[in-house]
Amino acid sequence: MNASAADSGAAGAVASPRVGLFVTCLANIYRPNVGLAAVALLEKAGCTVEVPMTQTCCGQPSYNNGDLDGAAKTARQTIEAFEDFDYVVAPSGSCGGMLRDFPRLFASEPGWQHRAQALADKTYELISFLTDIRGMTSVDAAYPHRVTYHDSCHGLRALGIKEQPRRLLATVRGLELAELADSEICCGFGGTFCVKYPEISGRMVADKAGAINATEAEVLLGGDLGCLLNIAGRFGREGGRVRVYHVAEVLAGMADVPGLGDPRQPKGGS
Amino acid sequence: MEPLSHAFKERSVWALQDETLQVALNRAKDGFAVKRAKAVDALPEFEALRDRAVAIKNHTLENLDHYLERYADAVERSGGKVHWASSAEDARRIVVDICRASGARMITKGKSMVGEEVGVNGALEEAGFEVVETDLGEYIIQLAHEPPSHIIVPAVHKTRGQIAELFHQNHEKYGLTRKLAEVPEMVNEARQVLRDKYLAADVGITGANFLIAESGTSVIVTNEGNGDLTCSLPKVHIVTAGIEKVVPSAEDASTLLRLLGRSATGQDMTTYTTFTTGPKRPGDTDGPEEYHVVLIDNGRTTMLGDQFREMLRCIRCGACMNHCPVYGAIGGHAYGWVYPGPMGSVLTPLAVGLKEAGNLPNACTLNGHCAEVCPVRIPLPDLLRTLRHREYQLRLGLKPMRWGLAAWVWFTTHPRIYRLGTRVQARMLALLAGRKGRFRRMPLAGSWFRGGRDLPAPQGETFMAVWQRRQRGRK
Repeated sequence: MNASAADSGAAGAVASPRVGLFVTCLANIYRPNVGLAAVALLEKAGCTVEVPMTQTCCGQPSYNNGDLDGAAKTARQTIEAFEDFDYVVAPSGSCGGMLRDFPRLFASEPGWQHRAQALADKTYELISFLTDIRGMTSVDAAYPHRVTYHDSCHGLRALGIKEQPRRLLATVRGLELAELADSEICCGFGGTFCVKYPEISGRMVADKAGAINATEAEVLLGGDLGCLLNIAGRFGREGGRVRVYHVAEVLAGMADVPGLGDPRQPKGGS
Repeated sequence: MEPLSHAFKERSVWALQDETLQVALNRAKDGFAVKRAKAVDALPEFEALRDRAVAIKNHTLENLDHYLERYADAVERSGGKVHWASSAEDARRIVVDICRASGARMITKGKSMVGEEVGVNGALEEAGFEVVETDLGEYIIQLAHEPPSHIIVPAVHKTRGQIAELFHQNHEKYGLTRKLAEVPEMVNEARQVLRDKYLAADVGITGANFLIAESGTSVIVTNEGNGDLTCSLPKVHIVTAGIEKVVPSAEDASTLLRLLGRSATGQDMTTYTTFTTGPKRPGDTDGPEEYHVVLIDNGRTTMLGDQFREMLRCIRCGACMNHCPVYGAIGGHAYGWVYPGPMGSVLTPLAVGLKEAGNLPNACTLNGHCAEVCPVRIPLPDLLRTLRHREYQLRLGLKPMRWGLAAWVWFTTHPRIYRLGTRVQARMLALLAGRKGRFRRMPLAGSWFRGGRDLPAPQGETFMAVWQRRQRGRK
């Protein structure tokens, strides 16, 4: 445990806030380890973490495909599940950013818009919440590997997440961060984009994999599982040797499981 | 120009497979983004300028009728003539009529995207005029009989070798028979050919980057000086411009000029910035005898009144496409009409309809890079999403996608079933993948794999299931 993390909370931070973890569909289905890592980090930061069982999806599939009524239905579900918490935290800039966009869905429903705004105002992406709100400056983890970091677009541009994960990664023992050329260029995932325009998406992720290979990193980290599944899928197809993890898994010292798309029983482990 | 946007999917796949095009795109890829970043970093007030530009544009659009009238009055006062074209057909007819009335045979053109939009060249050629593009990039694609693939570098999709070949084929008739290899040689040869055209031209047609309401002045920026020669040598000068180009004052134009060059090519200023006001006055040493401005609506007033008004702030710098990873992968021709990239993906469906161009707003990852660099802060991803909403409301999208979305919404509003369903899915996929930990193929999910990637398998349990067990253990 890193006691300093909880103690050095930002000015005005609630002593032990109740945080609702919005785990996201992809972490729930593909990577429960990311949810567990998020819980561990939040608890280290002095939060009481709860996981409402009535949570589902952030509604982006509907929102980004033009079905705004559908997105509003899903959003109501999320608002009801989370509005009683001090904070809502998601291990994803994309889904977290969507929750921040909820008020737009209720332009003609003032009651719901008010509730959506209240939710948006207390919703954060995991890593920026830990650093910017809880004042976490270091983690207690070791990861003796050369890693590189992909800035997922929604976290980067909608939520301003860039330095926060790097600051925490710098305190991981043995970790060497090699910056990725074009780290701010989209990997080609884009939600349903990747299956609507697979050829274009495929070119983009191939370019991204090439840039990652050029860093000679052993591991790729990022803050959004959509992008990471896409990139890990590409490495799988290429037979690449780069392993892929969510940044929370490394920060929580929980990257001792196979990476995304790696064989179930790793030879020799990591 | 007949839109080909309905074939976006096929055209984008061809583009990805076109090796020559990929060479050209890769060469261009980072150049503009890097140059822009340098220029922006060197100007501390860049963000403040953007705010100022947004305010100028918004104010002008709110009072567009007023400023257009002021502009038109000022043009008439300076001896010019203003023509109002509500549609592309109107614009073509007006330009052809002016050229006919002046007894012209040869017409030179400076680069004009609105000219491409309304199809000026085709109409003039049909009417029997010889039309010569004088911007080097436009000249190249005119020789190749192709539309522009970028709004500021129209021939960006061409390699040096292709251009050398085009010149070789087309310049023989001028006695220029040597096959060239170096860029300066090619530029010189084009200059030599174009010089004679400038001198022989009866009418010069240019676009406008800005129209200044207070003085009736039109402003164009170029790096080749071709604009100056096009508007001052022939005896008739025609300016074609969209109605959104008007700004109140010269000072406003200069604010926007400071953003335009930096956003487009990373230049503080383009090599030439040309201001023209009316025809030659008594005592002037040069200039045209007639000065016409064709103000083109072609759907712009409709945009002014709906959710797409912000698009009218666009100053056509091309920064959005220079930073768009989709444009970077497929180039401009795949979009199938005049304007490519993010701004084109908004404008094209509005101009030619969502039925024709529904793919364009969808072919975007909503990564937001375009909005980040747009000098006039147009929320391009939001506008693209609004177009997707319109498409959904009009029931134009693919039916399976619609059904899938409806099913997903139902699923997400029934949390118990969602938990059970995701649990089954995670368990099943993990079992099927076995120890390999990923899929190389999967029925019904072919599209994912067509992107040249495997699908990582889930760990096996859902997070919700793990959490529930953990909570039970704690009690």
